[in-house]
Amino acid sequence: MSATFRLPKGGRVDHNATMSFTFNGEVYEGLRGDTLASALLANGVHQVTTSIKLGRPRGIMSAGAEDPNALVQVETPFPEPMLTATTVELSDGLVARGLPGQGKLADRPDPSRYDAVHTHCDLLIVGAGPAGLAAALTAARSGARVVLVDEQPEAGGSLLGISDEIDGAPALQWVAEAVAELGSLPDVTVLQRTTAFGYYDDGFVLALEKRTDHLGLDAPAHLSRQRIWRIRSRHVIVATGAHERPLVFPGNDKPGIMLAGSARTYLHRFGVVAGREVVVFTTDDSAYAAAIDLADAGATVRAVIDARQEVPAHWTAACADRGIEVRKGHVVTGTSGTSHVSRAHVAPYVGGALGTRDGIACDLLLVCGGWNPAVHLFSQARGKLRYDAGLGAFVPGAAIPAASVAGAATGEFTLRGALSGGAAVSVQALADLGLPATSPESLPGTPAAPVGCPTMVLWSVPEADPGAPCTRFVDLQRDATVSDILRATGAGLRSVEHVKRYTTIGTAHDQGKTSGVIASGIIAEALGADVAELGTTTFRPPYTPVGFAALAGRDRGTLHDPVRVTAIHDWHVLHGAEFEDVGQWKRPWYYPQDAEDIEQAVLRECAAVRDSVGMMDGSTLGKIDVRGADAGELLDRLYTNLMSSLKIGSARYGVMCGVDGMVIDDGTVIRVSDEHFLLTTTTGNAAKILDWMEEWVQTEWPELRVHLTSVTEQWATIPLVGPRSRDVLAAVAPDLDVSKEAFPFMSWRDATVAGIPARVARISFSGELAYEVNVSAWDGQAVWEALWAAGEPYGITAYGTETMHVLRAEKGYPIIGQETDATVTPQDLGMDWIISKKKLDFIGKRSFNRPENHRADRKQLVGLVPVDPTVLLPEGGQVVECSELPPPPVPMLGHVTSSYRSAALGRTFALAVVRSGRERIGQTLYVPIEDELVPVTVTDSVLFDKEGSRRDG
Amino acid sequence: MTTTTRAPGADLPDHPDFLWRNPDPKPSYDVVIVGGGGHGLATAYYLAKNHGITNIAVLEKGWLGGGNMARNTTIIRSNYLWDESSGIYEHSLKLWETMEEDLEYPILFSQRGVVNLAHSLQDVRDSMRRVNANKLNGIDAEWLDPQQVKEVCPIVNIDPDVRYPVHGATYQPRAGIAKHDYVAWGYARRANDMGVDIIQNCEVQGLDVVDGRIAAVRTNRGTIKAGKVALAAAGHSSVLAEMVGLRLPIQSHPLQALVSELLEPVHPTVVMSNAVHVYVSQAHKGELVMGAGIDSYNGYGQRGAFHIIERQMAAALELFPIFARAHLLRSWGGIVDTTPDASPIVGLTPIEGLYLNCGWGTGGFKATPGVGWCFAHTVANDSPHPYNAPFTLERFVSGALVDEHGAAAVAH
Amino acid sequence: MQLIECPYCGPREEAEYHYGGQAHVAYPADTAALSDVEWAAFLFFRDNPKGPFAERWLHSSGCRRWFNAVRDTATHQMLAVYRLDQPKPVIS
Repeated sequence: MSATFRLPKGGRVDHNATMSFTFNGEVYEGLRGDTLASALLANGVHQVTTSIKLGRPRGIMSAGAEDPNALVQVETPFPEPMLTATTVELSDGLVARGLPGQGKLADRPDPSRYDAVHTHCDLLIVGAGPAGLAAALTAARSGARVVLVDEQPEAGGSLLGISDEIDGAPALQWVAEAVAELGSLPDVTVLQRTTAFGYYDDGFVLALEKRTDHLGLDAPAHLSRQRIWRIRSRHVIVATGAHERPLVFPGNDKPGIMLAGSARTYLHRFGVVAGREVVVFTTDDSAYAAAIDLADAGATVRAVIDARQEVPAHWTAACADRGIEVRKGHVVTGTSGTSHVSRAHVAPYVGGALGTRDGIACDLLLVCGGWNPAVHLFSQARGKLRYDAGLGAFVPGAAIPAASVAGAATGEFTLRGALSGGAAVSVQALADLGLPATSPESLPGTPAAPVGCPTMVLWSVPEADPGAPCTRFVDLQRDATVSDILRATGAGLRSVEHVKRYTTIGTAHDQGKTSGVIASGIIAEALGADVAELGTTTFRPPYTPVGFAALAGRDRGTLHDPVRVTAIHDWHVLHGAEFEDVGQWKRPWYYPQDAEDIEQAVLRECAAVRDSVGMMDGSTLGKIDVRGADAGELLDRLYTNLMSSLKIGSARYGVMCGVDGMVIDDGTVIRVSDEHFLLTTTTGNAAKILDWMEEWVQTEWPELRVHLTSVTEQWATIPLVGPRSRDVLAAVAPDLDVSKEAFPFMSWRDATVAGIPARVARISFSGELAYEVNVSAWDGQAVWEALWAAGEPYGITAYGTETMHVLRAEKGYPIIGQETDATVTPQDLGMDWIISKKKLDFIGKRSFNRPENHRADRKQLVGLVPVDPTVLLPEGGQVVECSELPPPPVPMLGHVTSSYRSAALGRTFALAVVRSGRERIGQTLYVPIEDELVPVTVTDSVLFDKEGSRRDG
Repeated sequence: MTTTTRAPGADLPDHPDFLWRNPDPKPSYDVVIVGGGGHGLATAYYLAKNHGITNIAVLEKGWLGGGNMARNTTIIRSNYLWDESSGIYEHSLKLWETMEEDLEYPILFSQRGVVNLAHSLQDVRDSMRRVNANKLNGIDAEWLDPQQVKEVCPIVNIDPDVRYPVHGATYQPRAGIAKHDYVAWGYARRANDMGVDIIQNCEVQGLDVVDGRIAAVRTNRGTIKAGKVALAAAGHSSVLAEMVGLRLPIQSHPLQALVSELLEPVHPTVVMSNAVHVYVSQAHKGELVMGAGIDSYNGYGQRGAFHIIERQMAAALELFPIFARAHLLRSWGGIVDTTPDASPIVGLTPIEGLYLNCGWGTGGFKATPGVGWCFAHTVANDSPHPYNAPFTLERFVSGALVDEHGAAAVAH
Repeated sequence: MQLIECPYCGPREEAEYHYGGQAHVAYPADTAALSDVEWAAFLFFRDNPKGPFAERWLHSSGCRRWFNAVRDTATHQMLAVYRLDQPKPVIS
């Protein structure tokens, strides 16, 4: 199909670069530089889709992001829901269709890349129209660091869509020179196709740059498709222009009805005459330019219908020159046509009353009800808006710190005003920032604008036929009409927010860019209230929709959260370990051999440790180095037990509580020297405990002479565990006396292990004879392999976290976070012995004396053994007293925290926290599994080697 | 071309032709409720309906239902860990199930189920603990393995190779979502019908106490005498309590949420993940509704920081790769009133005739009917209902906390 | 995202910081002497004003030092930052 509405030349499109695209199943041609909307209009296509509720045909109404109608689903290059045809740049091979309501997500992964960039500047200028460019030039010439963002493919803003002159030449020549000058300055960044969508605290502005969308199928895969700019600016100049306000009249929603300024944009920027027979309906001077320009481009302009009694003389003269009839004091009261407007019904409008109507045939009805400054970003930044009754619009109110507004965004709609306003706010901003401001010697010359007539604020044209269904649409996307608003106010609603929710006005993709202010006006009229007091609904980020994937950026897949692995990780992988996520760490979970499942593997690993020797990678344990004269004092205040009495060369187990007395972590502490301790934390809590200790040291006890350093990553830690561990260690550490007497339980020695300097501690989390070998992380794998080789004669077995869990559970050792939640005290764990009686105070002590802590029925850690030794209790199973379940709610005594099959015990067992648990030892309780109640016997939490003879051996 | 087909998602039920009067405040009321959100309106309704007290004013400083009621993600569930919590939330869920008939208002309560994902072995243990406790408390709860998760919600990525794979999930089939404006307006309309005065743009500026008893409420629209005053002001509770020298263990934080454009149905349930910080549903018209994490600092500004949203999106795409080209359409912030144990405070205060309902954190919407019912009982009888009896202010002294941080994990 | 002035490092993005709640709440000297009510006041009760609030921040991804700030909780505006050993500034 040939492009019959395209002028042979002119505009910013490349008339030699034809592109083929498909819309609603039809193949069309457009030009490079087109939007989907301009290409459709060039082909005479106005209707894009049908409306969501009423199924009414809807067309292209604007030339920008504010369009309430022209929603499309892109299918090729990649499915993307709900874009406006007016903002989709045409690319060769584009396939799209109109959307009547809901978009469709792709059924395959998005192959595109997305990223984000941080930048800092003195001045961020949003909008590269005349005001923004004037501001940018002023700032850039002064040497300030400037970022200029603009949503269009090229700078110019409104100048792209008009025919005005600057300095006696086409305005776009001035734009080109400005852009060239900005480009030549080193501290200036100009970002086109970049929409500032969010303005947050302290000059933080988010912008979305569309980097490859316009390339369509030719977009290079290695480039990020879209980029989020996180811009921190000392000052922000909002020069975002204005949106033209439609007029509300019966039948105002048909394809072929368009904003007057947008028709000018289609003409000047795209070389498209949007219709052949034109009627213009306006309450504002600006629409006359559209009538003149379209007439000069060859369209037949039948009439300008101006609702005002006073119309601008210079424009009426220009119309007369071209034979365009101007009907002042008239309005459009309705339209004919189904899928396209075919006739405008026009009637005199005096004193709020309609006269006799007649009809004017047309295929393009242009409307203009004035202009709404684009105050979105200013409002997001907490700027208060002021209602300007003359404009019928909200404009920026009192200034806010570190921000200014220029140009049409302030309600200043002249070119001269935009240029001078942009320069002026820039000069002021530079002064505020203490930067040398070079005042522009002279502003670019603009033709003097003749005096016009004030805008008439007309919220809606009265219904000529009150019996007809209301077709005076306010929010076209939501199919919401004047009568919907009146119904809402009739229901008792007085707030614009309520009316918005009642009618859904302003909730669609455009967030009410064209409908919001009109709705406020109609509500105010209905209530007899002042628009200024009524206000408008809140402008919330984002200004225009932003893709989820763009916001997610690169923080996906393996980069979603750091993966931490130990120095010995490669060995584990090589030996077939399955891994468990513990915090950010990958920990070996178990090492299946041949076709073992987890149960078989763990039974084998457990048996090997208890019978001979095993080793595991304990490097993920948190490690904190504590140094200083008051190191012991600090630990005394933070652990429940006494640490300052620890001897050099010894180790001690310790528990930390929160101020509320609940256990937060446990680990071992060794004393390296008088003023030097090293403590361990649980894997998941390492960072939290370091923060916790730092907080106390810095904020409460700055007098303590102590320094804390995380050394988790510096040490590789290898527990060597089992009755033959001594033999293995002796083999690789010939200089170390490993005898029971020389190296007793809960002591540590510096030694050379496999030729590597090591610190070896005799501590045990399994109840076995065990040594914890610590070496520099660099040597971790070498020492691991040396121990592995030395253990070969004893069948040394690598084991993972699951076996570790079983072994410690057999001994009744709790795991913080598994046996405990945030409601468990050391006493509940049966650890009264770890609570110092000597210390006057430590963190958590006072809370132990609260009434709740003295209740006899607190939940306490106990063992549970199923009466049937083959039954494995479910972890998380609840414990009840009754042998048959009553109707709910069933009283619960506690829950199973850990449950395993034990190779050593030859049966299943569990740990649980149970109300008055220790008093219940010997009792039979029940754990529901599905519909069955499984009888269990309550036992002490220590089930294996109660005397500790193996550990001490 | 003219089509008459209505797009899917076009059909939300219309609101009624009349909702409420807009009276000026009377000089005196039996009960003044401060806060015209869901809780305040539900309390007024149940005071009138269950206790025959109708000389009530509900004072709202802005527009009715415009606080957290208008800002939450409307998830309704009762599968909380502790008996105390599941008691009041399940009471609430039962009321949700009959609310539409009770209020004669289409609240669009959709029992599409809620899935809480587990991403680690400890998550699995905690989830099983909660499922088992829920079952014994008579709450519908199931454990789903990853394949079953996929059956309930086909768009969840259960690939074991993702950064935090899905190990399974808890599932409450009776849980779901509702339409928040419809709920607030449903309560308001019925309360209005029974004689309750709903007074908007009425900001409380002081509370008068005489001889240890509440006497009046001072507002920008004059002083209003009150037999009893019930505070239901969520994030602003501390500010109100301060007027009578009452200190609360409450901190007010920003909490953000967001919606996408309208999309064809892809997401049949509600999915929540604590470990990966996502909760998302697809609302009635087709928009994806998502909540973000709580901003760390105190804030009354009804706005949060954008990096929280970006983080949220990254998490969402991990679980739902299909969302890649959906668009963020609108984001906003509310003020959540959090307590040290993530459980509410509902009950009497040291001042006679002054009652407190606050601290719901992220759980307020789902509790609306339940707490309205129980708070009305508390106010009418000057004694707590059994369901809110555990949620006293005194528990912070005794230590009898109801710690929903600990194991219930997801507190939304 | 707020831009927060660390007294040691200068202005940095909010994401580098951890929030620490109300400032100037000292750990009681003699906890054993406190009643349960007094202890609960320390444990759980903090101011929650709408307006200027003296609070603690940790520059956790930077110098890892704690400091205090007065910030308006209604506007998020930082009114002052100061070191722990400095007195709370008077905010007019």
